[in-house]
Amino acid sequence: MTDITAEPGSSAPLGALGPDAQVAVAVASRATPTRWRLLLRRPTFLVGAGILLFWVVCAIFGHLIAPFNPLAQQLLSANTAPSGAHWFGTDPLGRDVLSRVIVGARDILIITPLATVLGTVLGTALGLAMGYFGGTFDLVVGRIVEAVLALPFVIIAFLFVVAVGSSTVMVIIVIGFVFTPLIARTVRAAVLAERHLDYLSSARLLGENPARIMFAEILPNIMPAILVEFTVRLGYAVFAVATLSFLGFGPPPPTPDWGSDIAADYSGLLAGYWWQTLFPALAIASLVTAVNLITDSVEQVLSS
Amino acid sequence: MTTDPAFSVSSASATSSGSSGSLGPALIVSHMDVTYRVRGQDRLALRDVSFSIDRGESYGLVGESGSGKSTAALALVRYLPRNGRVSAGTISINGQDTLSMGKSALRDLRARTVSMVYQEPGRALNPSMRVGRQIAEVFEIGGASSEEAAQSAEDMLRKVQISDPGRVMRRYPHELSGGMAQRAVIAMALAASPSLLILDEPTTALDATVEAEVLDLVVALRQEFDTSVLFISHNLAVIAKMCDRVGVLYAGELVEEGPARQVFDDPRHPYTVGLLRCIPRRGQRKDRDRLDTIPGFLPAPGHTMTGCVFAPRCALAQDRCRESHPPFFDVGDLRTSRCFFHDSAPDLPRATPASVAALAGNGTGGPLVVVEGLSKTFPGGVQALADVDLSVRRGETLGLVGESGSGKTTLARVLLGLTAPDRGSVVTLHGAPLSPDARRRPREILRALQIVFQNPDSALNRRHTVRSLISRPLTRLGGLSGTALRERLEELITSVRLEDRHLPLRPGQLSGGLKQRVAIARAFGARPDVVVCDEPTSALDVSVQAAILNLLADLQHKERATYLFISHDLGLVRYLSDRIVVLYLGRVMEVGPAEAVFAGPHHPYTEALFSAVPSLGGQRPDRIRLQGEIPSAANPPGGCVFHTRCPRKLSTGICESTEPPLFEEEPGHLIRCHIPIAELRILQRNESAPSQGGSP
Amino acid sequence: MATFLLRRLGLMILTLWIVSLIVFFAGQILPGDPGRAILGPFAAKSAVQALDTQLGVNRPLLTRYLSWIGGLLHGNMGTSYTYRTAVEPFIRAALINSVKLAVLAFVIVVPLGIIGGVIAALYAGRAVDRIISVTGLSLATVPEFVSGIVLIVVFGVTLKVLPVTAAAGAGAGDLSQFRHLILPAIPLVFVLFGYIARMARAGTIESLNSDYARTAVLKGLPRATMIRRHVLRNSLLPTITVIATQTGYLIGGLVVVETLFNYQGIGNLIFKAAGAKDFTMLEAGVLIIGVVYVLATLAADLLLIALNPRLRIGAQND
Repeated sequence: MTDITAEPGSSAPLGALGPDAQVAVAVASRATPTRWRLLLRRPTFLVGAGILLFWVVCAIFGHLIAPFNPLAQQLLSANTAPSGAHWFGTDPLGRDVLSRVIVGARDILIITPLATVLGTVLGTALGLAMGYFGGTFDLVVGRIVEAVLALPFVIIAFLFVVAVGSSTVMVIIVIGFVFTPLIARTVRAAVLAERHLDYLSSARLLGENPARIMFAEILPNIMPAILVEFTVRLGYAVFAVATLSFLGFGPPPPTPDWGSDIAADYSGLLAGYWWQTLFPALAIASLVTAVNLITDSVEQVLSS
Repeated sequence: MTTDPAFSVSSASATSSGSSGSLGPALIVSHMDVTYRVRGQDRLALRDVSFSIDRGESYGLVGESGSGKSTAALALVRYLPRNGRVSAGTISINGQDTLSMGKSALRDLRARTVSMVYQEPGRALNPSMRVGRQIAEVFEIGGASSEEAAQSAEDMLRKVQISDPGRVMRRYPHELSGGMAQRAVIAMALAASPSLLILDEPTTALDATVEAEVLDLVVALRQEFDTSVLFISHNLAVIAKMCDRVGVLYAGELVEEGPARQVFDDPRHPYTVGLLRCIPRRGQRKDRDRLDTIPGFLPAPGHTMTGCVFAPRCALAQDRCRESHPPFFDVGDLRTSRCFFHDSAPDLPRATPASVAALAGNGTGGPLVVVEGLSKTFPGGVQALADVDLSVRRGETLGLVGESGSGKTTLARVLLGLTAPDRGSVVTLHGAPLSPDARRRPREILRALQIVFQNPDSALNRRHTVRSLISRPLTRLGGLSGTALRERLEELITSVRLEDRHLPLRPGQLSGGLKQRVAIARAFGARPDVVVCDEPTSALDVSVQAAILNLLADLQHKERATYLFISHDLGLVRYLSDRIVVLYLGRVMEVGPAEAVFAGPHHPYTEALFSAVPSLGGQRPDRIRLQGEIPSAANPPGGCVFHTRCPRKLSTGICESTEPPLFEEEPGHLIRCHIPIAELRILQRNESAPSQGGSP
Repeated sequence: MATFLLRRLGLMILTLWIVSLIVFFAGQILPGDPGRAILGPFAAKSAVQALDTQLGVNRPLLTRYLSWIGGLLHGNMGTSYTYRTAVEPFIRAALINSVKLAVLAFVIVVPLGIIGGVIAALYAGRAVDRIISVTGLSLATVPEFVSGIVLIVVFGVTLKVLPVTAAAGAGAGDLSQFRHLILPAIPLVFVLFGYIARMARAGTIESLNSDYARTAVLKGLPRATMIRRHVLRNSLLPTITVIATQTGYLIGGLVVVETLFNYQGIGNLIFKAAGAKDFTMLEAGVLIIGVVYVLATLAADLLLIALNPRLRIGAQND
């Protein structure tokens, strides 16, 4: 009899892990459906993606969808409550709130992903270096990261924006830079979790250089953590952009922008003009929730 | 012809102490099925399992991974995970049907009647609660006041031979060594004087000498408490030592059952036969005998095959075996076997030819790797290695043996350049000194020294394909490309018995044995001179282990490689090694040809180590018991580091004051002991009366 | 143990020093001329220059930094450009106000978050869990001004249940002050709840799946006792660190909330100072915030060591 020692079935090490080993074996012996498909099956993902898609469409095609010109002032119909003509009412300058909400999606949807990508790329590189090299480098850079984290990022962000201006590009760069230490911290932790694994020793024994080890060996294994971190930061980016524009660092008027509009109109609350602030606020809330639902589903799929 | 083993009464119960029989068997499992629900489908993990344990009896459940043995234990205490359930059969403990019990009756059962001890003692204890409190809790559940409970807890700790129970009571679990923690867990388990004690791989994570102590403890306590024991393990030798009767589990079914001694001496099921042949026995050597293997692979769980579950892998299988499911056959002497051909089982044809084509010339080469004055002290004062001198000769297999704290892994890492030794240490290859850091070593040197790690899950990058894992050393160290690369790749795949279809797969899609083959192929890729094998089979099943060992032996011959073989399994070391080094607390205690070191006379530590390992071939009558725990490497004892535990310590005080040098007692055989070899010969021969000197 | 503490303190001081560097140099790149800011746009150039020299604006960078640090260590935070008086009393008053608000938020959110997280863990995978988890996550990233506005609209304007300004007015009693602080505290609670609940949940789940939880059950302990005595102890340890690190977010949230509710806390102070280009006030305020955060992290570390026996002794072998 030939020595057929291929054993695809048994995979648990000695000293049995118990019933989980058998369940694991069951899982391993069938082809796992791709992660995309798993994602698409989840209702939370679908709802979140749906909302996000809606706003993306608004951002791109806003001017075509909006019923009124968001910049058109009609002082005679200023501050009217929601009605058949103006579903979301009008603001103090008579502009249609619905149109402003729809078009206002653009800025936030341009800045947010770009800033997050910037932060993720830089943060990953930094986190990889900190985790891999360790030692003094990690200690010193770690202190700097902690110091930056000690200052609330809203404050740092607006300090920088005050200093260098609030153009779209600047806001992207500032938020990206502020995210870098946050993401670096998570990536570093993920790298540290890999460090004791022997494949890294094997790579060293092949004479691989540090760049190769970081990017070709470690990085593929921590991608799930990075992806989750990316989606989480996306949510925080929406938060940051909205807050910055609320504090006055958004696009200059009369460009429609959710945060700026709220800042401009919220004194109207005392007069009872609730729709001018509520609808942009709900828009922000819905976008944030959408991103969070996506984050949640991505996390669930990647951890199973 | 057929017997229902659920109601067989073992004659072995007569040998156990205490009251018997009046309450019936302690445990009766009858036609039990356990099913898991995975992705909406039911999968059988255990099928038609029946066995019983009498009062005071010790029953062993043996099986490899995937056999379902741990599932059986959890089913007994009704602690299966949420997707598991006992789908058929009955379980009765002390006459009570556990499956139909209500919650409070179940709690009562767990508190008073059944206790469980499992593999990692450190994790079984709550890290934030003092040890004493956790043990006292058991008594409190039984109704004692907190003072009474604390006192009883301390008494229990004394019973498990912990010398300073008061101090241990106040400790936290992470402050205890593995052996002490397991004793504490055993104390906790026996506190309620249960009728049934379930032990699931209780000593697998412990060192050999510590394991021996714990096993001896279980034997003693079993008699004192008159507890029935269910002992679950993959280690047949341990089961042979500890159990009166044994049941062999394969793929969820009980295939053979009977008194332990007889089942192991004269197995009557092809699986048991094959399993026993996989284990290297005394007298087997890699150059004379190949280990037998079990061909084929485990059926996927939830298999619904008709016929015998072992048939696909059985050389005796015939149509009858594949068509109908064999019942249990009475094989006499209260033994049963689930095989139509149980009579011919002992004559099961071998899967791997026993004899080996002419192999020659091991260990006759000159020194290839030389280590002089090697010391390594870690920050914090932990001295992992102290002044080690060692040489590895071309073509040989040097076995490195030691328990935790011996420094064997550190030694391997220093050799490879993964850890830098202390200044003054010299490591040479082909006579030229090596840089202490692998990153500074030239490609030629990296090519010459490679390693196979213990755990392939950790050693292989799970995101890389098999092809890229094996090719990388070829391109990086071997400088191969194009056709040459492809050819070498093919050559490697064939020699480790992988197939082309494995190349695009990732490690997560492979079994343990296959993964280790990939690791071996990778190590041999660029034709190294020396391969360090660091516990290469410890994470594998017994049947898979045999195949890997055969592979290593073949490759050594084919590629003319030199091995540094590190293992805690003395049987494997004896089978594979030409020479052996015994390490204790970072010092070389003994070096010599394998047979000489095994047969003796040898260092007292070697002696104790060998006597601690249970053997399938029968018990040594007298075990050398070592006192105390392995000392901490941060604070090694003065003089001879072994003196704190040495049963042969000289009364002159020289052992405490002076560290003995390595004496060359016989050509090539060095022993670090103040006792001259002639005297050791006399002492050790006297102690090992019937059999020859200590060997597993 | 002592060495470990010393090391920890040393690292903390290093971090604080870097914070001071960042704050100082960030302040330097902010545009604007202090002399001009104080005297106004119509003052004569020579007067502005004289004031600048008097303020020491033209000294070399290093000298300015050192004198700033020196002043700080003596409790002198400089002079406000806007108010022309010492910055220190403003900071102190504002800090106290913010602390009141922050403490209220913490007192609400910590128990709520922990209970939410533990419940989510006990019913992991089921509806209760998903609801708590997603709600927590969503609330955490809805900007404070958004939730603040919604709250104002709902409770303050429509239902008229709670006051919409945070300041109760001079001499108001404690209860009245408390009522005024509820609405502003809630956006802060929202932001923190999700994160705390999530950590508590993760810690509890890990604890529930552990070997020692299994041991406790197999000993015959009832589930409730097992959870109370064995699981919670271990699951809440990681939550403590998180709570401390969340002080950072809390303080950031203070800026927005205090502005929205017109509350004289430190966030509001900083914001106004930035707008008025009162750099001394700005730098002092931001630095104080940094110090508070670093101290909070240290406190959390110490608390963790005190509660986790493994760290206590492990620290000795570090």
